[in-house]
Amino acid sequence: MSQSPSTLFEKVWNAHVVRHIADGPDVLFIDRHFIHEVTSPVAFLGLEQRGLKVMYPERTFATADHNTPTINQDQPVKDPLSANQLRALESNAKKYGISHWGLNNPKNGIVHVIGPENGITLPGMTIVCGDSHTSTHGAFGAIAFGIGTSEVEMVLSSQCIMQPRPKKMRIKVDGQLGKGVTPKDVILYIISQLTAAGATGYFVEYAGSVFENMTMEGRMTVCNMSIEMGARGGMVAPDETTFNYIKGRDKAPRGEAWEKAMAYWKTLKTDEGATFDKEYHYNAADIEPMITFGTNPGMGIGISQHIPATHETGAGKASYEKSLNYMGFHEDEAMLGKKVDYVFIGSCTNGRIEDFRAFASIVKGRKKADNVTAWIVPGSHIVEQQIREEGIYDILTEAGFQLRQPGCSACLAMNDDKIPAGKYAVSTSNRNFEGRQGPGARTLLASPLVAAAAAVTGVVTDPRTLL
Amino acid sequence: MAYDKFNILTSTAVPLPIENVDTDQIIPARFLKATERKGFGDNLFRDWRYNGDDSPKKDFVLNNPIYKGKILVGGKNFGCGSSREHAAWAVYDYGFRCVVSSFFADIFRGNCLNVGILPVQVSDAFLDKIFKAIENDPNAQLEVSLPAQTITILATGEKESFDINGYKKDNLSNGYDDIDFLQAIKKDIEQFATTRPF
Ligand code: SF4
Repeated sequence: MSQSPSTLFEKVWNAHVVRHIADGPDVLFIDRHFIHEVTSPVAFLGLEQRGLKVMYPERTFATADHNTPTINQDQPVKDPLSANQLRALESNAKKYGISHWGLNNPKNGIVHVIGPENGITLPGMTIVCGDSHTSTHGAFGAIAFGIGTSEVEMVLSSQCIMQPRPKKMRIKVDGQLGKGVTPKDVILYIISQLTAAGATGYFVEYAGSVFENMTMEGRMTVCNMSIEMGARGGMVAPDETTFNYIKGRDKAPRGEAWEKAMAYWKTLKTDEGATFDKEYHYNAADIEPMITFGTNPGMGIGISQHIPATHETGAGKASYEKSLNYMGFHEDEAMLGKKVDYVFIGSCTNGRIEDFRAFASIVKGRKKADNVTAWIVPGSHIVEQQIREEGIYDILTEAGFQLRQPGCSACLAMNDDKIPAGKYAVSTSNRNFEGRQGPGARTLLASPLVAAAAAVTGVVTDPRTLL
Repeated sequence: MAYDKFNILTSTAVPLPIENVDTDQIIPARFLKATERKGFGDNLFRDWRYNGDDSPKKDFVLNNPIYKGKILVGGKNFGCGSSREHAAWAVYDYGFRCVVSSFFADIFRGNCLNVGILPVQVSDAFLDKIFKAIENDPNAQLEVSLPAQTITILATGEKESFDINGYKKDNLSNGYDDIDFLQAIKKDIEQFATTRPF
């Protein structure tokens, strides 16, 4: 039987459809489900109210990350509401037999960092979590996306969710990335081209030489931010880089199971002749280190450029002005040289070992600028350990930086790591919405290199001048 | 979580003509610490609605008694940002049953449908007409009919139809949800699970 050519996305999606509802969504089976303390308690409460059980507890993994402190984790959590959520997660996990990596567990960390690093995330899977950056796991050729709390309850009780099939988009970037241009810059560039809503309704496949040559960490950074252009998720076809990353990790298949898995994984690519609803093509040489100047991730520019003047009218113009006003910026201003008060490196976007290596490459032999408060937050305990083992810890300490403990931290500022109102933060996280990093905080999204350059100079600086 | 059945809603509307209203504005992250689904309406648009000292911001529309009703009309790309369902709860809990915009972020739209809010997507031109109608008369009534899939500005009779898939339409009009459906097909799911390699 000859099959018509399919995309990577279609292959994985079709393999998970339990039932198709006419004029409705597909019932999609979910292989892996991650839960955390913030979006799961109400779902468990719902289960209880309906008298339902967790259908396959072994397919769900719990970690504490969203509201956890990044210092003194060995002491009781001070904020009573956070402590309450952490307790609820722990007791629900225990009650239903779900594996739980809470605070101080050596495997604890940000949900989208620990999934891949422990071999829970594998190619060809469907993966969901009540956090929109679940798209991160798409780097492995999985269909991974964020869900709401009702859906968390659905997955707990039935291991399925109901999803309309998204449209297909392919984004190709070919060529050679310039010096100092990182995966974060690639995705910020793409979002700036497509806008914050440009991929709404689509599932994206990233293809082309730039992604083929990218490390798994880099692919995760890219897939992570797919949601910031409205896409449901993004994915990269698994290849040798993927297999090498997975091999030998804690929960990865071994022996015969590994061979069998590999045989399947190698079929996970878009066939010649398969079609997409939309395709974009960019040239790597056009991308420079990026920085955002506004209050959505689509408002980004090359670091050497000036803030664009809006040509919009009506509501678009009003929103743009509101955004610049919030940031305290003006049209046509240069970004270089702007004063920076805070630097945050971390989050599931840029909290992996490669990101700290990049940060250290600029910080090495320099000193932290006096006017900058820096929060250096590893994505997991495993990353933290690598930072120490590789000597990055010493480089950071010598330069006057302190390493904190893992968690989401200033990415969403649910713990104490809040940027004060009116202050400017160069942040390696994924959202620059008003108040995202604390009420009134002003966020400039950028790569670990740009963050490092700001941390040692105290102003927005082109990292290429320090490399 | 059961919710009210949706049939035909006739109401005045609250206008929020801002684009890219994100879920961090709808409900800031610091209010996500509850372990129960209660009281989110109080913090809907918290930072736009209140000053740091909890005094209401006079110029924000929810603080203006002229505007009220069960329909929220927002600018393009409403609900972008995080997957937090709390945003939809906040909208529902405040008393809205319907959100109208010319474009919705995917997850937010899905969350709305899951909690019993009808997201109505209209054309840019029709959205402008609605804003104008409310500007002319804050008591202007809109009629949203789920069975007919139409939204009408009653003062002028101008009408537009909107899309919703048949399955969700059924759910909303009966007040039941996906979990009810999935429980009914549990046998199929068990069967399917045995075919998964991981
Ligand atoms: S780091 Fe930020 S985006 Fe990532 S899981 Fe935590 S809160 Fe979500």
